[in-house]
Amino acid sequence: MKDVWKGFKGGSWLNKINVSSFIMCNYKPYDGDESFLVGTSNKTKSVWNKCSKLLREELKKHVLDVDVDHMSGIDNFEPGYIDYDNEVIVGLQTDSPLKRMVNPYGGIRMVYSELNAYGYKLNPLVDKYFNEFRKTHNQGVFDAYTDDILKARHVGLLTGLPDAYGRGRIIGDYRRIALYGVDYLLEKKKDDFNKKIGKMNDSLIRLREEISMQCRALEEIKNMASKYGYDISKPASNAKEAIQWTYFGYLAAVKENNGAAMSLGRVDDFFDIYIERDIKKGVLTEKEAQELIDQFVIKLRIMRHLRTPEYDELFSGDPTWVTCSIGGISNNGDSMVTKTSYRLLHTLTNLDPAPEPNMTVLWSKKLPENFKKYCAKMSIDTDAIQYESDDLMRPIYGDDYAIACCVSAMRLGRDMQFFGARCNLAKSLLYAINGGVDEIEKMLVIKDVPKLNDRVLDYDKVKKNYYKVIEKVASIYSDAMNIIHYMHDKYAYEASQMALHDTNVHRYMAYGVAGLSVAVDSLSAIKYAKVKPIRDEDGVAVSFEVNGDFPKYGNDDDRVDNIAKDLLRKFFKELKKHTCYRNAEPTLSVLTITSNVVYGAKTGATPDGRLKGEPFAPGANPMHGRDENGAIASLNSVSKLEYAKCCKDGISNTFTIVPNALGMNRDEQISNLIGLMDGYFRSGAHHLNVNVLNRETLIDAMNNPDKYPLLTIRVSGYAVRFNRLTRHQQEEVISRTFHEKM
Amino acid sequence: MRKCKIRGSINKIESSGFVDGPGIRTVVFLNGCKLRCKYCQNPETWQMREYNYTPSTLAKMILKNKNYFVRNNGGVTFSGGEPLLQSEFIIEVCKILKKEHIHVAIDTAGVGNGNYEEILKYVDLVLLDVKHTDVYKYRDLTGHEMADVRNFIKELNKSNIDVWIRQVVVPGITDTEKYIDSLVSYLKRIKNIKRVDFLPYHKLGDYKYVELGIDNPYKNKVAMDRVRCEKLYNKFIIKYNKILE
Repeated sequence: MKDVWKGFKGGSWLNKINVSSFIMCNYKPYDGDESFLVGTSNKTKSVWNKCSKLLREELKKHVLDVDVDHMSGIDNFEPGYIDYDNEVIVGLQTDSPLKRMVNPYGGIRMVYSELNAYGYKLNPLVDKYFNEFRKTHNQGVFDAYTDDILKARHVGLLTGLPDAYGRGRIIGDYRRIALYGVDYLLEKKKDDFNKKIGKMNDSLIRLREEISMQCRALEEIKNMASKYGYDISKPASNAKEAIQWTYFGYLAAVKENNGAAMSLGRVDDFFDIYIERDIKKGVLTEKEAQELIDQFVIKLRIMRHLRTPEYDELFSGDPTWVTCSIGGISNNGDSMVTKTSYRLLHTLTNLDPAPEPNMTVLWSKKLPENFKKYCAKMSIDTDAIQYESDDLMRPIYGDDYAIACCVSAMRLGRDMQFFGARCNLAKSLLYAINGGVDEIEKMLVIKDVPKLNDRVLDYDKVKKNYYKVIEKVASIYSDAMNIIHYMHDKYAYEASQMALHDTNVHRYMAYGVAGLSVAVDSLSAIKYAKVKPIRDEDGVAVSFEVNGDFPKYGNDDDRVDNIAKDLLRKFFKELKKHTCYRNAEPTLSVLTITSNVVYGAKTGATPDGRLKGEPFAPGANPMHGRDENGAIASLNSVSKLEYAKCCKDGISNTFTIVPNALGMNRDEQISNLIGLMDGYFRSGAHHLNVNVLNRETLIDAMNNPDKYPLLTIRVSGYAVRFNRLTRHQQEEVISRTFHEKM
Repeated sequence: MRKCKIRGSINKIESSGFVDGPGIRTVVFLNGCKLRCKYCQNPETWQMREYNYTPSTLAKMILKNKNYFVRNNGGVTFSGGEPLLQSEFIIEVCKILKKEHIHVAIDTAGVGNGNYEEILKYVDLVLLDVKHTDVYKYRDLTGHEMADVRNFIKELNKSNIDVWIRQVVVPGITDTEKYIDSLVSYLKRIKNIKRVDFLPYHKLGDYKYVELGIDNPYKNKVAMDRVRCEKLYNKFIIKYNKILE
């Protein structure tokens, strides 16, 4: 065994790239409480103070600075520092903190509007040559898009498609660099390259080209690190190096790519093994261990991409989805909570509550009681944690998976996904009523759908038409995805991230839906009440008169909850009929992030009584105010949606409860929050964003933003600083159901 | 099997109660109450209404939330209204729930129709609302005689059921040190008290009076300050613990 690995237990990780085996052989579960945790070091304080000042400045200006002379890339920038003498973990995207890069590979027009919005201009030479010699992903996509796709995109039937910026949602196994060093990874990639021979067809040629690009990327990562004074060709020899090496891998990814979600993966146990070894050797103290984690997290917090104001409308608060998966249970049934799981969450105390990294606890009923308590406490104090069911995901993905973005699970280094944004289910339902004509734009979007002229809508007829629309929408959606990801691979390939995957990677095609509860309640209204469409002069239903009551999703009522289940099943069944680019496995998510507001704005009035332009509920949430039987009835409805069979890319639910409703005192509140999550996940649910706060606090924060600079809340799938939301989004969050008892 | 004819009159089911007994609880609000407490926040439950639930439908609804009961003795709390007015119905529901080992609590003022022995066999916890310790003030506050409560307490003391005392603290009525002293001595007559909670009077149910068109005697009363309520509680608990010694 190599010297750097002394003290580690051997296993299959010694003979091939297998970080999971390394972790299983060496990690030490911790079931104690948080009393061992320590505060920030002086060095960290100094670094964080400088950052905080810059962050405040950034908040005022929106964008602190932009490098208009260089293009994004793994090794295109000089090293940058925040506070040279006090930084124990180094590396910035550009040569200066919070200075954003220009990434034109997704689309150069996007770059112009980004720069324009903040008063910058691209270096004319760069501008000239890039346009003369380079085609972008965006140009490729629009060269191939069909008329049907362009229409669906225009009216907001398909929104948020990654056709003008990076697709993201890929997690490189950044730990590989630390465990093996870059040279070994290069050697393995070269072996793969030499084995990929045979008749040169499309897929083999593409793969060989990609492996070559991956090798070049690995060389560039080495080079970039060397500018910071580190030789990462060899494995890391201690905790500091393990964290630094891993970070260089991540840093390369966010220098090269600007995907919406650039997630980190799962590092708690991996780092912990190195920290434990150093502490045992007596070369590291708890204070120093926490310092490494704090400073690593500071780096993750200041990662930035240049975005347009329109993008901010969709995903507010400059989210980067540096999702950090924590905890979980091993395949053997042992807890994977280590001291470093605590140390990572402790940054929310040591620095301050913040949205990034997106702290994601992999919850299992088997997690140690102490850890459950600590998480619940931190949720009550910070509202910065999301929870996902390890018991649901582990049987599918094993015990070395992580979450990308909000809810997308993937095996580290083995799976990647083609991000597919989402399709508007509520609008699709209106097409079923209006013969495929868009209710706002008045253009024919879906052909050959018979128009319904009944005075009172007939459930069976509507459903039949709806399913017909869904079949056609699935086909258009699938075409769009195939084109987008074909072009993305061609013009904006993520070489640095794919270099940290197995060469034969498993791919998911991650479709999504928005407006589930609106569509479902609308169908329920048509079925159980009397719904009369009010049609305009063109015969398009522009509003609906609803007489009588109807069961609403969110009340644990099977009559309507089954409609939701059936609808998702149907849509997924249709999507599965279409072959995916690179034989990807299709999956589906019920997730909107903050785009539920924009989706709603683009959708006419619906038969559930929702008015034109009103926001949808986020993700799989019931519509606000319609869940009348309390929190658990609402959670029970969401739990019924099928994860493994249907929505394997995640089912997002955001839950807000008033502190006093959760228990009479803090201990009870903590215990009840644990009981709530245990119960919810035991019922087969997938994801929960937890907010424990008062509506009055949010209203006050909306009116007096300066009083609450750090107020962080969980919205669909991510956390956000409340004062970074648009007014419209703030109002929408405030209008959501707060579970409180009268 | 003999079909059960008894039906219950239920106003509302709250799937997630966190403050009505241990753990997470499904709270069933039953219709009907003999008291007319001036501070009542659930006036919609005063009148007996339609008998809308069979024992098995209600039990099924409760059991849907079973996964949430696991921790800390969660379960069901029968509240209201006055659950003791529908003892027979509750007993039938409990017979089903007890097969699944569900923890049962009743939230009561102790004013039912008598014959409490049978229902107490099925109950794991009694949340007992003390309205007022003084006979006259009790009558003034609730519109009812205190004697009825004594019957219930007598029966309760024969059992070994845990009791949690709940005292709504109303400004100007039950928020004085003198009242606290009287409460300490009043509680001596109840066995098995495991916990005492002070609930600060709030105004969250005031809108219901307007909706129902009922005169709200406490329309102008202010809510009890939470901090002051906590301070009173701390004083109370010191005195109460002394007595126990």
